[in-house]
Amino acid sequence: MTNSMTQAATAPKISVKGLKKSFGRKIVLDGFDIEIAKGESLVIIGGSGSGKSVFLKCLLGLIHPDAGSILVDGAEMANGNKGARERLRRKMGMLFQGGALFDSLTVWENVAFALNEGVGRRRIARAHSREIAVEKLNSVGLPEDVADLSPAELSGGMQKRVALARAIAPTPEILLFDEPTTGLDPIMADTINNLIVSSVQTLGATAISITHDMASARKIATRIAMLYQGKIIWEGSASEVENSGNPYVDQFVHGRSEGPIQLQVRAL
Amino acid sequence: MIDFLSTIGRRVLGLFAIAGRLALFVARALSHCFRPPFYFRNIVQQFWTIGYNSLPVVGLTAVFTGAVLALQASVGFSKLTAPSAIPMLVVVSVTRELGPVLASLMVAGRVGAAIAAELGTMRVTEQIDALETLATNPMKYLVVPRVLAGLLMMPLLVLIADVIGVMGGFVVSSFILNLNESAYLINTINYLHTRDVVSGLVKAAVFGLIITLLGCFNGYNSRGGAQGVGAATTNAVVYASVLILFFDYFLTELFLTQ
Ligand SMILES: Nc1ncnc2c1ncn2[C@@H]1O[C@H](COP(=O)(O)OP(=O)(O)OP(=O)(O)O)[C@@H](O)[C@H]1O
Ligand SMILES: [Mg+2]
Repeated sequence: MTNSMTQAATAPKISVKGLKKSFGRKIVLDGFDIEIAKGESLVIIGGSGSGKSVFLKCLLGLIHPDAGSILVDGAEMANGNKGARERLRRKMGMLFQGGALFDSLTVWENVAFALNEGVGRRRIARAHSREIAVEKLNSVGLPEDVADLSPAELSGGMQKRVALARAIAPTPEILLFDEPTTGLDPIMADTINNLIVSSVQTLGATAISITHDMASARKIATRIAMLYQGKIIWEGSASEVENSGNPYVDQFVHGRSEGPIQLQVRAL
Repeated sequence: MIDFLSTIGRRVLGLFAIAGRLALFVARALSHCFRPPFYFRNIVQQFWTIGYNSLPVVGLTAVFTGAVLALQASVGFSKLTAPSAIPMLVVVSVTRELGPVLASLMVAGRVGAAIAAELGTMRVTEQIDALETLATNPMKYLVVPRVLAGLLMMPLLVLIADVIGVMGGFVVSSFILNLNESAYLINTINYLHTRDVVSGLVKAAVFGLIITLLGCFNGYNSRGGAQGVGAATTNAVVYASVLILFFDYFLTELFLTQ
């Protein structure tokens, strides 16, 4: 809370107001508001199917919201024209929940994709971009041997890390991570947490991460927000999350099946 | 009864909606063909997969088409007219109709399905979304190379099919029907008209566009996992085949009235 007060003087990096999105009759986002300052690392928590991935896709302009506005550096993302959207997108790097690696390309070509093909970025020689790709692979704990494999030849956790390397390779100003540590062993998960922290601290990037892993959330977050029924119902610093005093957050953080959040499950 | 009518009404409206979206997609895809950046690696790769890799299936279709035409014609004509009638029938029907139409139908099954399956899988595994987040327009990166390859490689394939089809007829007439070989070749040249060949190639280019555009459209807009990709693949082949036959009629009418 104090964090957002000190940042109030400067304009927020990302400002989301009244975001609404429904698919058919299903309301997913229902008045979603959040402001994220430059250099902040926000973690969004919330139940499965609560719309966290949908929010990131709205932020990237991949899904058009029904109402509301998304300002990135003061420019409109949700309702802006195509050119403006593409310019804003170049500031962002996204790790998709399922990896979304290009299976027609090798691992290193995936990582170096933005360097080899991206529009508006300085094109560089393939030999040089391969070097950069290998460097990024090393930083997510993958050896050079995997560079020439195809994504289908990797394990699930390795694919996740390649996708992470691809997201950070062009050193974007805004990093979006959809469950970066899911499917990784605890030691590797911690390595990835450190990588995210150092990306934010050394590159000055702004990060939004989605995670169900509370250990990871505590480590990478400067702020945590909880999404429930289409709205942000609580936000606070990572240390406050343990004793938030909010019954919904309490139930989620401590992983209890009894509480105000009722899942539609019937016992066998 | 009312139920029945409303079902038909909904179906018709649905069809118009698809036609509208298809028209929009086609306009967008074609306009991107003329605007940089171009992804030359992908374009060359698609020329290879769509053009070169289709050669066996197109060649096989053509050789049997020419052969069966010669065989069929042999029963219809007398001993006297056969040596000139068979090559004429083969060369005219192959260059005007059977070359472009049969080759395109085969390519629709091979290439149209492959495009729809590949783009469909990329859509449902979010690879197309990932392309956009990496500042790459999927229209330019995925659709344009395939459409260009269809437009330019299909006429080339049909030209080869024409030659192979005539050769198929030649083999049957010389070795099975035991007709004079040089008479066959001379008559083929006599009845070979630039007009027929060119009209066939124009058809091929149009069919190549139809195949690749429908493959891309169905794949690009596929929804909902493996089942969605399967439906997209089927639709791509069925719609392309129907449209090929439909456009073949109108193009033929256009060329004949000129
Ligand atoms: N393209 C779509 N079409 C229809 N419904 C969708 C679509 N994308 C998401 N949804 C629906 O929106 C809701 C939120 O999905 P979302 O993927 O954002 O969940 P999530 O919070 O990321 O969950 P998880 O933690 O399991 O990844 C789900 O109920 C889902 O069914
Ligand atoms: Mg999700």
